[in-house]
Amino acid sequence: MRDVIIAERLTKKFEDLTAVDGINFAIHEGECFGFLGPNGAGKTTTIRMIQCVSPVTSGKLKVLDMDVNKDQRRIKALLGVAPQEDNLDPDFTVFRNLMVHARYFGIDKTVAENKARELLEFMQLTEKSDVLIPKISGGMKRRLVMARALINDPKLLILDEPTTGLDPQARHLIWDKINELKKKGVTVIITTHYMDEAQQLCDRLVIMEKGKILVEGKPQDLIESQVGRGIVEVVNPEQGVEEALRSNGWALEKGSDRIFVYTNDRRSVREKILKDLPSANVIARDATLEDVFLRLTGRGLKE
Amino acid sequence: MSILRNISLRSLAVWSRNKDVFFLTWKTNFLPPFLEPILYLLAMGFGFGVLVNVLPAPYEKFSYVQFLGPGLIAISAMYGAFFECTYGSFVRMHYQKTFDAIVATPISMEEVITGEILWGATKSVINGTIVTLVIFAFGLATLPGVLFIPFIALLAGLAFAAIAMIFTALVPNIDSFNYPFFLLITPMFLFSGTFFPLTVLPVAAQDVALAFPLTHVATMMRDFSLGTYSYADLWGCIYLIAITAVAFYAAIYLMKRRLVN
Ligand SMILES: Nc1ncnc2c1ncn2[C@@H]1O[C@H](COP(=O)(O)OP(=O)(O)OP(=O)(O)O)[C@@H](O)[C@H]1O
Ligand SMILES: [Mg+2]
Repeated sequence: MRDVIIAERLTKKFEDLTAVDGINFAIHEGECFGFLGPNGAGKTTTIRMIQCVSPVTSGKLKVLDMDVNKDQRRIKALLGVAPQEDNLDPDFTVFRNLMVHARYFGIDKTVAENKARELLEFMQLTEKSDVLIPKISGGMKRRLVMARALINDPKLLILDEPTTGLDPQARHLIWDKINELKKKGVTVIITTHYMDEAQQLCDRLVIMEKGKILVEGKPQDLIESQVGRGIVEVVNPEQGVEEALRSNGWALEKGSDRIFVYTNDRRSVREKILKDLPSANVIARDATLEDVFLRLTGRGLKE
Repeated sequence: MSILRNISLRSLAVWSRNKDVFFLTWKTNFLPPFLEPILYLLAMGFGFGVLVNVLPAPYEKFSYVQFLGPGLIAISAMYGAFFECTYGSFVRMHYQKTFDAIVATPISMEEVITGEILWGATKSVINGTIVTLVIFAFGLATLPGVLFIPFIALLAGLAFAAIAMIFTALVPNIDSFNYPFFLLITPMFLFSGTFFPLTVLPVAAQDVALAFPLTHVATMMRDFSLGTYSYADLWGCIYLIAITAVAFYAAIYLMKRRLVN
């Protein structure tokens, strides 16, 4: 499969702060690729380099076989970007926002009108077509930002926290659109703080922290390799429980009000705990991407 | 001149965006440039002007109000671009994040700045033309010279828009525009041969005033309104073009330094 983005030792420095610290990754054509990581990890900075609005400090970055230092205009023509911060044009209505944006791409007016109507319809914003931006809700703005990103039929769609602040219906709308676009061969890059969303949408993802990539892979593979298939939680453990669990040689982590046991065989772990500690409050469940994230970036109280 | 390589006709999409916003609220936008010169003409021209008996050469044949009219056109051309590319551009850049939205499309930052400057200059042409119409209606300007005034306003607008954009690239916040307005624009407004001929000033002060772009704009406006052309108009034109070129280059350099990081 063709790689639409290749980053080698990609680095971004802001004065004395290294926001992106020599990362390597490749994004395949037609996949949904996620950038996860705590606030300030460097996700948005990486995305801004990909979209050619933030110059690369060092390293190599190729987008759609072009160099971000040389072919900015050609790259940008093929991208659709929904930025983290809404920058809709408050002087215009919903519909006019799409039209003005289309003009920046040099799209023919009648083509743009049809496309704008179609996108507003899909994002369920048709009713708001003639309303000024300051008068629509936050979630509507997010949906419009997404619609705007699609006005030029991009080959590569970049979504920086597209579902933050959306209601469940609207989130599903965005997910449907992403899946539809993937079927058409559009490559999607997404950042999100919702791990369930990343687990569902992303074919592959990276988890970043402090400008570095901690892990990279398919969500399910990461779950199995980083935490195991299952998790057993011992809620509000009494004194000495931790030592008792530890004596079994299990992989443990201590949270604020519970102890996590990482395992591939959660049934037997659960049974063993209940046998040793009959009064314990024990929950056994599937491990999720959230566990991977928290284990790698810290659950707060770490050992 | 690598900066110029990134500039194309796409700047016009940025210009069009601002034009569209302007015409959404055109009624409120056209009224002030129409009413203001009338107030000035009444107060300064027909009121204060009565006290003025003789103007120095080459304006000895003209009344004070005839002298004042073109000065008002020059002033409106200056303010049109300068307001637009300071407060207007700053709001779009800083508060509305419009520039960020535009550079995510095939348009470059250089083209955004160019489009803003072109729009600022357009405001000068619009305002200058409205004032010219008022003055023409009062019978204070003559054909055919008056027909060239919009072009002079364009020249002036480009210079003041580019200068304004330098300040927009430098100010930490919107209140800081008080400084260029107080230190640069107000002195120009008063001492550029707008309200009185510079020849009444001491020679040293005249020399300083010759450095003001508005001085040359006022001279050109007046000469084309009254038919008193001289070589000064040609030099003024060259001077304005030179200022525009330097300020444009500086504005783009400083704006990129501020925004591209
Ligand atoms: N223009 C800038 N100038 C200086 N520092 C910056 C700039 N932009 C980002 N940073 C810094 O770079 C680091 C990474 O920021 P970035 O916005 O990429 O994080 P993020 O992973 O997107 O976080 P979040 O989840 O909060 O959106 C942060 O420490 C941030 O303060
Ligand atoms: Mg971010």
